[in-house]
Amino acid sequence: MTNAEEIAHGVLAGDRRSIAKAITIIENNTVEAKKLIASIYPQTGKAHIIGLTGPSGSGKSTLIEKIVREYRRKGKTVGVIAVDPTSPFTGGAFLGDRIRMQELSTDEGVFIRSMATRHYPGGIAKATKDAVKILDAAGKDVIIVETVGAGQSEVEIIKVSQTTVVIHAPGLGDEIQAIKAGIMEIADIFAVNKADRENADKAVMDIQAILQLNNKEAAWKPPILKTMALSGEGVPKLIEKIEEHKRFLEKELGQKRILGKAETELIEAIKEKVTSSIIDELKRGGKYNELLKKIIDREIDPNTAADKVVREKFKKAE
Amino acid sequence: MQGERKIRVLIAKPGLDSHDRGAKVVARALRDAGMEVIYTGLRQTPEQIAETALQEDVDVIGLSILSGAHKALFPRIMQLLEEKGLSDIMVFAGGIIPEEDITEMKKTGIKEIFGPGTPTDTIIQYVLNNVPKRT
Repeated sequence: MTNAEEIAHGVLAGDRRSIAKAITIIENNTVEAKKLIASIYPQTGKAHIIGLTGPSGSGKSTLIEKIVREYRRKGKTVGVIAVDPTSPFTGGAFLGDRIRMQELSTDEGVFIRSMATRHYPGGIAKATKDAVKILDAAGKDVIIVETVGAGQSEVEIIKVSQTTVVIHAPGLGDEIQAIKAGIMEIADIFAVNKADRENADKAVMDIQAILQLNNKEAAWKPPILKTMALSGEGVPKLIEKIEEHKRFLEKELGQKRILGKAETELIEAIKEKVTSSIIDELKRGGKYNELLKKIIDREIDPNTAADKVVREKFKKAE
Repeated sequence: MQGERKIRVLIAKPGLDSHDRGAKVVARALRDAGMEVIYTGLRQTPEQIAETALQEDVDVIGLSILSGAHKALFPRIMQLLEEKGLSDIMVFAGGIIPEEDITEMKKTGIKEIFGPGTPTDTIIQYVLNNVPKRT
């Protein structure tokens, strides 16, 4: 067996070391990564994938700890992927989400992995989507993805999650205004965390006010729940709503969303393949730097250059 | 397009210390040197540390301890790592560890021990030079 086959085998058996190594392979995007995903892919599609996003300091990690405990009480196994940002200057990252979840680390029904964005935009890492597949294939019933502290544009999570929970907390200033346009729109469920603080009701009302402007015909109206991550209050109710949304997806929107996700994944994979094959070819032929120089010298604009290159590439095929 | 292999480091605080400034300074320094640093937070059991190292698939572990319980905790951590098949991880330690204990601690498999006042550059260089080659 090759290394990738052996690890895939271990993943399917639920072996923790193999899961950990598989995620590393995917993060490092080695040649083995594609083989690995290809061999586990038939066993995916069983887990319910929950995305959790919201501003820094809203209590995402602490809330996840309580959500995991509640699912464990119900006998479900859980995988968590917690994403933190990579420094744009050094390429390093400080991954601290686990601090709030460490008591879960010795529970064999839970697997937690910290992940750096490695410069990928949108609040998750490039490897997040495939890491979810690894945990899914390993038999986890529920997979929770925690995004980086998010504001207006960190909406990449919806490409990964089935149920997206947006967390907000009172006392974060005018964040509610800031998230109005961005992550507000992706929420299937809102959780106003730290609900024991004053202004919690105000935060709920703010969200209600924004939601009223949304499509009233929508089949799913995002509920707004109050939670207290430290004590765990409100968490059972939150899970009830997540399960309700899961049933709703299965009944109503399921097929449409599944189709949409498959389409997005296929288009992105094609884009990446075509791009790298064209760039590689240009580099091999020595034209790459030549083209870059022309762009810098204002002899040709990037768009026209791309047009030319793409037409060249597909001329043979036509 | 092949990605880049990042060095992943676990900074862990075993035992009952209530102070983690040193661990955080080291974590920050390693981050600034381009590594991905996972921090466990305070009051970790050996079991939690070994299991975290496994799940996070780290290359390096840095143990920080001030309480004086290193003689009880370090051998247990090293034993658990071995049991889990994680002996290829490079482990270093820091904090308050008396001179006379260092040889004994190193016998458990800990590669290096850094005392108070060690420049962070020394630790960064040490990690870069000793990180295990892994596939």
